[in-house]
Amino acid sequence: MKIAVCIKRVPEMDVKFRIAASGKAVDEMGLKWDMSDFDGYAVEAALQMVEKLGTGEVVVVSLGPDATQEVLRKALSMGATRAVHLKSDQVPFDSAAIATALAAELKDGGYDLIMFGKMAIDSASGATGVMVGETLGLPTVHGCSKLEIATGRGSARRELEGGAEEVTFPLPAVVTIDEGIARPRYPSLKGIMAAKKKPMDTKPAQLGTVRVTVDAMALPPERAAGRIVGEGAAAVPELVRLLQTEAKVV
Amino acid sequence: MPNVLTYAEVRGGDLRKISLESVSTARALADAYGGEVHVVLTGGPGVGSHTGTLGEHGADAVFVTEHEALAQYNPEALSALVADRARNAYAAVLIGASARGKDLAPRVAAKLGAAILSDVTSLRLDGDALVATHPVYTGKVLATLRLTAGDAAAVVSLRPGAFSATPAPRTARVEGVPPSGDPTAVRVQVKETTTADSRKLDLAEAPVIVSGGRGLKAAENFKLVEDLAAAFGNAAVGATRAVTDDGWRPHSDQIGQTGRQVSPELYVAVGISGAIQHIAGMRASRCIVAINKDAEAPIFKVADYGIVGDVFEVVPALTAAIRELRARP
Repeated sequence: MKIAVCIKRVPEMDVKFRIAASGKAVDEMGLKWDMSDFDGYAVEAALQMVEKLGTGEVVVVSLGPDATQEVLRKALSMGATRAVHLKSDQVPFDSAAIATALAAELKDGGYDLIMFGKMAIDSASGATGVMVGETLGLPTVHGCSKLEIATGRGSARRELEGGAEEVTFPLPAVVTIDEGIARPRYPSLKGIMAAKKKPMDTKPAQLGTVRVTVDAMALPPERAAGRIVGEGAAAVPELVRLLQTEAKVV
Repeated sequence: MPNVLTYAEVRGGDLRKISLESVSTARALADAYGGEVHVVLTGGPGVGSHTGTLGEHGADAVFVTEHEALAQYNPEALSALVADRARNAYAAVLIGASARGKDLAPRVAAKLGAAILSDVTSLRLDGDALVATHPVYTGKVLATLRLTAGDAAAVVSLRPGAFSATPAPRTARVEGVPPSGDPTAVRVQVKETTTADSRKLDLAEAPVIVSGGRGLKAAENFKLVEDLAAAFGNAAVGATRAVTDDGWRPHSDQIGQTGRQVSPELYVAVGISGAIQHIAGMRASRCIVAINKDAEAPIFKVADYGIVGDVFEVVPALTAAIRELRARP
């Protein structure tokens, strides 16, 4: 079983972002970086699959600047076999351009399964994984909250609004991973040491034509401070009155 | 003449609200281009009955494909069908970014070799480029993105609830279209679709959302939230990540950074402290009400109206008050 997991380096989200002087990006000063949340679930799910089978390899792939190697190294320390860094100083806001570069790298890799997080938590498009699947002409399942692989076939569960779908598909295939599948492990000290010796292949990213660009980035308007209507059940009539007459929502 | 293509999502035989939002958005865009709005409508036998509603919202032409194998979501057959239609010189293809649309839109874009704008909350034409707003960094930053026209139609997925459905009545031409290839000969097969409760309102579509957090203390106490939602009559039930991680509610109900991002008219947060991960998912709501026993809880900083108190006392009182209000003629 040969699995590729595509991951992205993103800033940690629990901060108040500032806009850079260019007005077209966030200010990166002081941001901490990690692999995108959903990508972490994908790496963990891939490692568990290979561990269960007792054989196979997990190759992690990431597109981005030199610092991207930090998240690839983290995935190696979790247990991935080797890493591929597709070097690009800029990561465009263009899912198609990125999918082109990833598909070119993955096409002849002989992978049984290619995994993604369902979306990168920063750019929040959720399109790249599916576009890679379509570009490679492989069966593709987006947003798996459960995934099982047995005898050349996969079965997965996709969460929908107010329900879920159970799907089956043949391998090789592309899947994107939703929350709920597996909690990513913390790299052990032994894993961190071992990762230093694991292979990391760096090559230039062959991005497709970039047709989506950023005009501007801005912070959303702040919500005006609200008010405490009162305490306990006694405040309910006043709340209902405000919802009716002031907010006009009931 | 540049026309705009859109996709009408039908689930359980019903046209989804996002479909009309998509047609209305396509109408505005087509008017800017000086073109027509065309709609792909697919589903099981009988789905063609929705053409009238699509015409009322501005569709000039509806391409109807009825087939048993399209009665439920069939990603491969459907994306082939939409992409084949989109090859007829369209300027843009608009698809609602529901769970299914988020799957369909990138498939269509890749088949066309097109660029994509995903999950946008505004869209306009600027020269021959499309300019859209897309919330990024878990909604903490709004990006204005520009898609420069290429050879293929631009694909855009629209966030549910961000665009309004407005009437623009006309009689749509209707054309029957066979499926692209054999829709049963697909590799990804949907074996089963489970619905928690068919009467349950979708978080993306409900005008009111009542959401519960750890302050409810136990899974069974979610009944308080459900009862309040039932009293409103037009409310869906949401939850925080702490609650879905503990299995009190399914993951699909999670509102927040890694879950659903919602923007109802009214959002009632019950026993939710207001972690920034949760606020990322609901801050775009028009009116926010918070009920929490801790007056210092951060949820009160984003709430329009707050009640400090025990949820086990305040929520039943609110439920009774809303029920009484709804019972009035």
